[in-house]
Amino acid sequence: MRVALFVTCLADTLQPSAGRATVAVLERLGIEVAFPRAQTCCGQLHLNAGHPDVAAALAARFVDVFAGFDAVVAPSGSCVAHVRTHVASHAADPDDVAGRTFELSELLVDRLGVVDVGSRFEGALTYHPTCHSLRTLRLGDRPESLLRALPGVELRPLADAAECCGFGGLFSVRNADVSSAMLADKLRCIESSGADAVCACDASCLLHIGGGLERRGSAVRAIHLAEVLAG
Amino acid sequence: MNVAARRDATPQPFERAARAALEDGVTRANVRRATATIRARRAAVVAETPDWAELRAAGEAIRERSVLRLDELLVQLESSVIAAGGRVHWARDGAEANGVVVGLVERSGARQVVKVKSLTTDELGLNDALAEAGIEAIETDLAERIIQLADERPSHPLVPSLHRGRPEIAEVLREALGDPVLADDAESLLAAARRHLREAFLGARVAVSGANFAVAATGTVAVVESEGNGRMCTTLPETLVTVMGVEKVVEEWRDLGVLMQLLPRSATGERMNPYTSLWTGVSPGDGPSAFHLVLVDAGRTRVLADPEGRPALRCIRCSACVNACPVYRQTGGHAYDTVYAGPIGAILQPQLSGGQGTSASLPFASSLCGACADVCPVGIDIPRILVHERAKVVRRSRPGVEGRALRALGRAFATAEGYERAQRTARALQRPLVRNARLRWFPGPLRGWGRSRTLPGVAPQTFREWWEERERGA
Repeated sequence: MRVALFVTCLADTLQPSAGRATVAVLERLGIEVAFPRAQTCCGQLHLNAGHPDVAAALAARFVDVFAGFDAVVAPSGSCVAHVRTHVASHAADPDDVAGRTFELSELLVDRLGVVDVGSRFEGALTYHPTCHSLRTLRLGDRPESLLRALPGVELRPLADAAECCGFGGLFSVRNADVSSAMLADKLRCIESSGADAVCACDASCLLHIGGGLERRGSAVRAIHLAEVLAG
Repeated sequence: MNVAARRDATPQPFERAARAALEDGVTRANVRRATATIRARRAAVVAETPDWAELRAAGEAIRERSVLRLDELLVQLESSVIAAGGRVHWARDGAEANGVVVGLVERSGARQVVKVKSLTTDELGLNDALAEAGIEAIETDLAERIIQLADERPSHPLVPSLHRGRPEIAEVLREALGDPVLADDAESLLAAARRHLREAFLGARVAVSGANFAVAATGTVAVVESEGNGRMCTTLPETLVTVMGVEKVVEEWRDLGVLMQLLPRSATGERMNPYTSLWTGVSPGDGPSAFHLVLVDAGRTRVLADPEGRPALRCIRCSACVNACPVYRQTGGHAYDTVYAGPIGAILQPQLSGGQGTSASLPFASSLCGACADVCPVGIDIPRILVHERAKVVRRSRPGVEGRALRALGRAFATAEGYERAQRTARALQRPLVRNARLRWFPGPLRGWGRSRTLPGVAPQTFREWWEERERGA
């Protein structure tokens, strides 16, 4: 199986550890991972900011760059959701593009049939089901089932888990005050879970949550699912 | 004192109004408490409905079909209402609609009208138009009456006084009813309100209502409510005037069978609302002897003409999206500067007004979390329309710093070389801002991020640099 990594512009640039961990998890399972260097961005940022023409050009580029792979995997539920709901419509066969682009936990559980990735992680984690993973991809229990299979992980429940962390791309800048208020609620729930770290499937939401935890001097870390699974 | 609640509050774009709203701890606590209660109730009655998914699909199909057949259905509705003894008036906009209502009231000789809670007449500013003609409009929905007495704007489409807690409501009633010893408990307040409103009902000769639905096949109008005050209005006065947005029409009675299951569950979290009033024209000796239906466009056909924005016309005004919205729950409704607060307002108001004034800020008042679409009983993909409306705003406005930066980024991202150059440039530019591997201060338009967050900044080694190094080593 030829699996291509779509690392996403955000993880590539700001959170490369999530991309490296995704490669590590898949390679340990014997999957060969390709990284098409021509990839840039899926265009979600531009579409959501009101520039559909730019987004369309980037979508067409995405379709070309990732043509011919059996599966495309990304460490971001949000970018995969964008590929399914928008980018795919720029392909000759939208169902094909939508059907073979996966968020990491989908690839592992659904496509590869793996729940135990053969690693371990020491610590108490709480899982934040990011909005697009939860409501667009409907990841359900997949990420947590992967976490539960790791020896050493203690999963703590997160209150109001389904609530948005307040990131929303440029929403966090344009409506910084509301975004910060939403983040404050999320951080309160994360801290009261008693976990050492909050885990999610989106590098972008984790940048937001992690940036908030760091700003308030919290001991809790924000960590990507791939990094936990990589051990 | 909640200044944003005042009817004469200065209209502000969402982001600025929201900043002020976040400072008001009392209002935020009221909004949080009330929305939590309604959401929990909704979740419970939806969970117990085994065919909820099918009901939603049916509701979506019914509303979509009605909207697409608007041209035929409205003409059919007109003939049905006339055949049943009613009169039909067509209004292009708020001014025309208000003119029709004022004219009807003036001809009746009444100086006062009682009103059923109606978002549409709020949208059109009917009460102000009546006041200018020397006619007093008395709101009879309790929550609507409370904010009318307090001279405030509605903060929630369904519960306009949602921003107020019971002690504050008691204060309003004590002052307005001239009863300084009125107690704070719910029963005393309700009894006082009932006495107050009964007088209005018994003296009223004209009532004005909105409509939840109107059935084209029979000319039947439906009003759904909780208190029974609406029914007083639709049955006691001699003349009943219903002001209805053209999109509220449905084909036939059986459509109501679906919509009446979806609406109360989504709106108040009830299996069935306490009062559903249905009337068809006039019935001699029973209820009003004159019935007028005012069909208002006020921007609806503009929405209809845009296939991407059109699903917003399916809305049945349940407010489930408002209660589910994490942005609304932080700010309350006054930050939105429209009677349609929350996600539905953010897609409806800019379309109805053609993007005028503060409405251009509304499509950006969302993190696109999708909680609204998840609860919408008629399947409106609100995030998709928000994004569509954002594009309209960008097209209409002169590009600012954000727009220019995004377009430059778009050009850079068109090639891998341009993208990598952008990464290197950003890494060079951020150097003076990095402390202990993190950005803690942000320039210009990015300043807002720094208020509550730091950022790792461009990594010393991007993923692709790491990959390239690994390939070389391999």
